[in-house]
Amino acid sequence: MKLTVWTYEGPPHVGAMRVATGMKDMHYVLHAPQGDTYADLLFTMIERRNHRPPVTYTTFQARDLGSDTANLFKTSLQDAYERFRPEAMIVGASCTAELIQDDPGGMSETMDIPVPVIPLELPSYQRKENYGADETFFQIVRTLARPMERTAQISCNLIGPTALGFRHRDDITEITSLLSDMGISVNVVAPMTASPADIARMGAAHFNVLMYPETAETAARWMERELDQPWTKTVPIGVGATRDFVHEVAGITGLEPRLDEERLRLPWYSRSVDSTYLTGKRVFIFGDGTHVMAAARVARDEMGFEVVGMGCYNREMARGVRALARDFGIEATITDDYLEVERVIETLQPEMILGTQMERHIGKRLGIPCAVISAPVHVQDFPARYSPQMGIEGANVLFDTWVHPLVMGLEEHLLHMFRDDFEFHDAAGPSHHGGHAPKPETPGTTVPLAAPSPRNNPDQNKEHAGGDVIWLEDAERELRKIPFFVRGKARRNTETFASERGVAEISIDTLYEAKAHYAR
Amino acid sequence: MNDLPRISATGGCRDEPILKQRGQREVFCGLTGIIWLHRKMQDAFFLVIGSRTCAHLLQSAAGVMIFAEPRFGTAILEETDLAGLADAQAELDKVVDQLLARRTDIRQLFLVGSCPSEVIKLDLSRAAERMTEKYAPSVRVLNFSGSGIETTFTQGEDACLASMVPVLPKTDERQLLLVGALPDVVEEQAVSLLTDMGVGPIRVLPAPRADTDLGVGDNTVFALTQPFLGDTHAALERRGARHLAAPFPFGEEGTTAWLRTIAQEFGVDVETFDRVTAAPRARARKAIAQASESLRDKSVFFFPDSQLEIPLARFLTRECGMRAIEVGAPFIHKGIVGPDLDMLAQGPTLSEGQDVDLQLDRCREARPDLTVCGLGLANPLEAEGLATKWAIELVFTPVHFYEQAGDLAGLFSRPIRRAELLELEATP
Repeated sequence: MKLTVWTYEGPPHVGAMRVATGMKDMHYVLHAPQGDTYADLLFTMIERRNHRPPVTYTTFQARDLGSDTANLFKTSLQDAYERFRPEAMIVGASCTAELIQDDPGGMSETMDIPVPVIPLELPSYQRKENYGADETFFQIVRTLARPMERTAQISCNLIGPTALGFRHRDDITEITSLLSDMGISVNVVAPMTASPADIARMGAAHFNVLMYPETAETAARWMERELDQPWTKTVPIGVGATRDFVHEVAGITGLEPRLDEERLRLPWYSRSVDSTYLTGKRVFIFGDGTHVMAAARVARDEMGFEVVGMGCYNREMARGVRALARDFGIEATITDDYLEVERVIETLQPEMILGTQMERHIGKRLGIPCAVISAPVHVQDFPARYSPQMGIEGANVLFDTWVHPLVMGLEEHLLHMFRDDFEFHDAAGPSHHGGHAPKPETPGTTVPLAAPSPRNNPDQNKEHAGGDVIWLEDAERELRKIPFFVRGKARRNTETFASERGVAEISIDTLYEAKAHYAR
Repeated sequence: MNDLPRISATGGCRDEPILKQRGQREVFCGLTGIIWLHRKMQDAFFLVIGSRTCAHLLQSAAGVMIFAEPRFGTAILEETDLAGLADAQAELDKVVDQLLARRTDIRQLFLVGSCPSEVIKLDLSRAAERMTEKYAPSVRVLNFSGSGIETTFTQGEDACLASMVPVLPKTDERQLLLVGALPDVVEEQAVSLLTDMGVGPIRVLPAPRADTDLGVGDNTVFALTQPFLGDTHAALERRGARHLAAPFPFGEEGTTAWLRTIAQEFGVDVETFDRVTAAPRARARKAIAQASESLRDKSVFFFPDSQLEIPLARFLTRECGMRAIEVGAPFIHKGIVGPDLDMLAQGPTLSEGQDVDLQLDRCREARPDLTVCGLGLANPLEAEGLATKWAIELVFTPVHFYEQAGDLAGLFSRPIRRAELLELEATP
């Protein structure tokens, strides 16, 4: 039994729903109690889908348990087939139905459904959403895809995009156009946009582009074995990774590596003088393994940030994230415990978080800016505009969205210069974010300093300073004059500096000695 | 005082046939109630003993709506708990220890059963008894079920309140008990109106904190503020309290009828009643008239969701000039919504339970001007050109009593006004 406040991933049957909902002409019959229908709102509300997910729930109740839940499943399957006439169906159980052991797969075999019915075994008490999506897609491919003659032109399948995926819709467009520039056509995009008939002709592609290892790696490996299709290992998020990806594709296909960089703006934007203030910003990165590993490279190599921590919530990716963290000289945080992630962030006191919607909550509470780079995400992370993460435009989007939450360069200087200005103060936040700054009640009155949050109070900070370092009152006061967005760093550096030297009390001098020591 | 609103000329709906279909239900489970209950009871923590699905539901339902530090969590059952490798009761003790050590502000802990915990027959009442002894007197531990195999959406609140009734101290005091979790502002309005009439003492279930002087006994009369409190109603009657059946306090008419039922019980004279209610009644009528302009002569179709459907249909048809096509409710408890059914004119199909596909067929056939439904159906129906009101907002927004009557009408008129407002074609 494990106490959980928030969860990064849903149960595995939600992963199966993401596959089914992304597809066309596929229908999922889920043996589940009535409350499980909440999952529909993930798609209709958070992703704003304009159709119900193609899922029929048996919605059994307590009174059915003693009698015949098996029959209820059979009726639901038959009715769903007749009403929706899909090309193929998947069947499975949610966590509660798993306990009553009705065996939806076995039952469906005894029925006369005239289309393929693919049984899913998704262990709800061991695995989670990404596993559910990966396994479901694999079972569908394994059942429907067959070796066949290759297309005359070099083509590939884009695999991994699902419903409710972070920017999957736009990544498909971006990668399709990037490959088209190299003379490669897209045979099938799956699971999102594919029908079972499309899955059946995946064998015609020359290779697979694995966009999201979380949801399609098992299928990619199976297709490599059974359909003789190599698959790409590079996830093209960021400038360097996109260039690597083009070379990898060229290696697989024997085509010339070609990348149209005319629209690529990240390198210049990052080099332009306004971006100097990004140098060495301490960032913490958390999300699914794929997006975290890509973001770490972009953060360090393309934005000039300092990556002070990284981690992922999906253990399937732990090995890769740990290895990368070692390269960065840091320890990876591999956990699906939200409170643990919060603790790590509190301890590291980064200047920025690149995370999921959960880290956005943490950032809001700790006053640390946050940009979202990975699922799970919320309704505002399904923007109306074109906003990919991958390829050339994806790199441009990363630059914009990561810089947006920060205080801008010149503004940062102004905040340093006019510390006690009634309009430039801690509670005001970046000036381009309307609604942050509480207006003074009457014009002209001074805005009181923001109340110290419990997490900022000196007594507590002493604890995680890693020693018995005490802040003298005037040093504490001086520290408060440092703008809020660098104060955490200053506090941390000073405490480290002091405890390394065995200094028990921090005075103004210690503060400025530490500042000189860490100057860069 | 004898001008209680009466049945319309065609007769009320109390004895009308009810359409009952059995198929897929598109509803939340009772765990959802935790989202508002944990805000209402400020020293309570709700610990769901369930699966990752339960945690995901709470977060998805809550994620749409709140971002504050929650006073709820899920003890997620793992393979070892199910295979009997670990003693689930001992595991639960560990989790609760951990939780109460972290949250020393907690005075009431609810162990909330879920589908999986019900199926494996995990005895939470035993656990609650054991823990109550262990943590007394600082924490009281109760249990109820919010499982989807036993409860629908708002029934979770019912189950929670019902679990509190047996442990209330006995009192012989003559008192009025208001039952149902309302937003504070609304609750204060009700208490203040009744107090002004001289009704009292008034107590409220659930109380905002555990350490109140709330008791129950033979001299307690109670009024429900929400129509989904069937089990709590039964639990209170078992403790000797007497129910004051009334239409629910939605709209001017409903609020007046509800107040009047209580006033009559407490012997309030007509002059006092009129003096206290006249001004807010007039305000409510005026506000409703304004907010309901775009609702007149429009049709409405209710999918079953919160059990508020029947009182709301009564409000929309009688006070906002709408025509009901179908009024679907998860359950129809005539002992509770009978007075509202009496006032609802015959005509609409009354349905209980659901086969969502068949009901969608009926809805598409009828093409109502407004469809009241859950979050899973709203956008798909909008995409088909049907204006919708997502029902969950009705349990999250202050909608009871006089001062909110206009807001209540506004919740329904906004989707219709918005549909009329949007203009995306090129200028002709």
